[in-house]
Amino acid sequence: MDNIIVGLAGNPNVGKTTLFNQLTGLHQHVGNWPGKTVEKAEGHLNYNDARIDVIDLPGNYALSAHTMEEIVSRDFIVDENSDVIVNIIDATNLERNLYLTVQMMELGANMVIALNMNKLARKKDIYVDVEKMSDLLGVPVVEIEAIDDTGSEKLLKTVEEASKHPIKSNKKLVYGNELKEHLAELQELIKQDKNLLDVPAIWTAIKLLENDKIVTEKVQNSNNSNKILNETERLKKHLQDVFGESSEEVIANGRYSFIDGLLAESVKKPEVEKTSFSEKVDRIVTNRILGLPIFLVVMYLIFEITFTVGAPFQDLLDEGFGLLGEAVASFFGEGWFTSLIVDGIIGGVGGVLVFLPIIILMFLMISILEDTGYLARAAFVMDKVMHKLVGLHGKAFIPMILGFGCGVPGIMATRTMEHERDRLLTMMILPFMSCSARAPVYALFVAAFFTAYEGPIVFSLYILGIVVAILVAAVLKKTMFKGLSTPFVMELPSYKLPSLKGVILHTWEKVRHFIRKAGTIILLTSIIIWILSSVPMGVEYGSQESVTGQIGTAIAPIFEPIGFGEWQPAVALIFGVVAKEVVVSTFGSLFGLDEDNEDGIAGAVSKLFTPLTAYSFMVFVLLYVPCFAAIGTVKQETNSWKWPAVMFAVTTITAYIVSFIVYQGGMLLGFA
Amino acid sequence: MVSRKLNELHPGEEGTILSFSNQGDVGLKRHLLGMGFVKGSKIKVEKVAPLGDPIKLQLKGYSICLRKDEAKNIEVES
Ligand SMILES: Nc1nc2c(ncn2[C@@H]2O[C@H](COP(=O)(O)OP(=O)(O)O)[C@@H](O)[C@H]2O)c(=O)[nH]1
Repeated sequence: MDNIIVGLAGNPNVGKTTLFNQLTGLHQHVGNWPGKTVEKAEGHLNYNDARIDVIDLPGNYALSAHTMEEIVSRDFIVDENSDVIVNIIDATNLERNLYLTVQMMELGANMVIALNMNKLARKKDIYVDVEKMSDLLGVPVVEIEAIDDTGSEKLLKTVEEASKHPIKSNKKLVYGNELKEHLAELQELIKQDKNLLDVPAIWTAIKLLENDKIVTEKVQNSNNSNKILNETERLKKHLQDVFGESSEEVIANGRYSFIDGLLAESVKKPEVEKTSFSEKVDRIVTNRILGLPIFLVVMYLIFEITFTVGAPFQDLLDEGFGLLGEAVASFFGEGWFTSLIVDGIIGGVGGVLVFLPIIILMFLMISILEDTGYLARAAFVMDKVMHKLVGLHGKAFIPMILGFGCGVPGIMATRTMEHERDRLLTMMILPFMSCSARAPVYALFVAAFFTAYEGPIVFSLYILGIVVAILVAAVLKKTMFKGLSTPFVMELPSYKLPSLKGVILHTWEKVRHFIRKAGTIILLTSIIIWILSSVPMGVEYGSQESVTGQIGTAIAPIFEPIGFGEWQPAVALIFGVVAKEVVVSTFGSLFGLDEDNEDGIAGAVSKLFTPLTAYSFMVFVLLYVPCFAAIGTVKQETNSWKWPAVMFAVTTITAYIVSFIVYQGGMLLGFA
Repeated sequence: MVSRKLNELHPGEEGTILSFSNQGDVGLKRHLLGMGFVKGSKIKVEKVAPLGDPIKLQLKGYSICLRKDEAKNIEVES
């Protein structure tokens, strides 16, 4: 059986994912590109006698080395043994879509074009002469409709054909005469070095003129490098003189001129475009007066649906695992084995599964927002706030909002952000949004110390979290993320009905991924904590004699300067890393009280803390290491241990500093 | 025909791109060139965000948004 490897390439929002789902259905899985944070979706299907492996490349506007995503796509086309590239283009947005096409033609990719959204185009009175276009490009063009399977048979046939008889896509690509001649000279020099000929020489020539870092470095290692680079410099100057523009502009212009010529001959469209449906919707949705209220309502709905609708399911799962634990306990009786099963394994698995309802709901919400096109509008409306406050892109807002419910879906929602570094920075400050698992801790302490000011005290913690996030973002941007600029260039795609199939497939994939990746980490750490809390043999679970208790006792003095140097808070904080609400039940069990006996726990806690140290403790709980679930999710999303480690360090250090200021400052001011 | 900076256009106004200055982020400029911000392209300011920034533009048959600070490097004729 033949094996054909197909890469799907195209601009964002052209229907790439929809086509991918259409082609591969459930035969797909999502992972990461090796060593990258960029998501990689792979799938396969059988066609005639061939197995076709389909790889969904990141959505790109260009193939420069501008972002990680562009590099991934480019490397795939250049290096990997892909057989055919299917370039999906949107018939309603040809001019810009073809810019990427032209760049792939420069690479001489064995390419087939899938022209999508034809029905929409006809509604807008745009008519494409497919044969003519195919002829002018020297690349097959197949009309498809990604949401149903119109054209998919023909597309697959063309792909199969192309895999047998590769298409040289750079044959018909032409630039203006001036540029062509100069490129030819540079090409000759490049051709003299065989090591540079793994890609078409013309491509290398163009990339040199575009000041592409990666290609320039590669050429620097060539034995012909002097000649080539000198000629490049000379050409750049020459083009500047002739055109009055930098070589990069000349090339972009050259590509667009080629596209203009192509479209003039193959596409008929109205002189003046009708006001589109999207424009009409945008008049309301991004309206000066209505824009913000609409945005707030949408955010409120997402938050409410994710967490309020999710909560009963979470409770149900919680109860279910509780009952299961009791059943196991009554079957095996007391003992370490029962404890392992109940506290370690059932607790751990339960700890993974309770996240499912909110993750599923969050993905449904976000996918709908993303696919309809509103997500981009939300970012448009909120960008100013995010940019001023944390120097981030408007799209960082939604993950942050979700963070108030739970960091796990928040971290996963950062995947809507295109640039890796923005995304990482957003993840790093997300834990400072006070998630709902911290609420029980606040409830315990305000009940014990601040009965008169419960509301304001809790509110102050939420605000503190936001302020700290802003400050930490500012510090990170001066250090780890130095030079991070977050320009706000974002396409506002036209509004569309989302396809249910796509939304569901996508959600299912991500949930599976979460269980497999983050789930393993959560489960493992739960078991490790269980072991540490149960040894040496015979100690009561989690007591001061257990290893956890001993570690807590050993590190307790570290917390002296921030107000709570006893061993109990230290142990509670260790358990709090499993999940923050566990802090409360840990205090309960350390004092030998039932975890439902809230008054009892509050009473016991009030002997250990003063109002000032209680506040300092709450601040620490707010800011220190988020739970293992969040850490595991960061590992899963970034595909490396570096970022979870950074998060661990950043949050712990920040928590210590802020609590220190609170406690020592409070003492100076005479609080106790 | 007057030449102005893109951020100075009012909603509804249209122009043709004249030049793209090298001040500001070159990476961004490169990206925008690819998005169609090349000399001679027609461009229209469609909307300003409710908080006054960014702005929504139309060019080459699609919509894109940009902060004013980024738009000021683009010279248009209108
Ligand atoms: N009307 C129509 N909508 C489509 C078609 N293909 C995709 N869409 C919609 O376009 C939006 C973006 O599609 P998606 O596959 O997520 O785009 P991607 O960003 O390229 O992966 C979704 O709302 C799809 O339902 C199509 O052929 N016709």
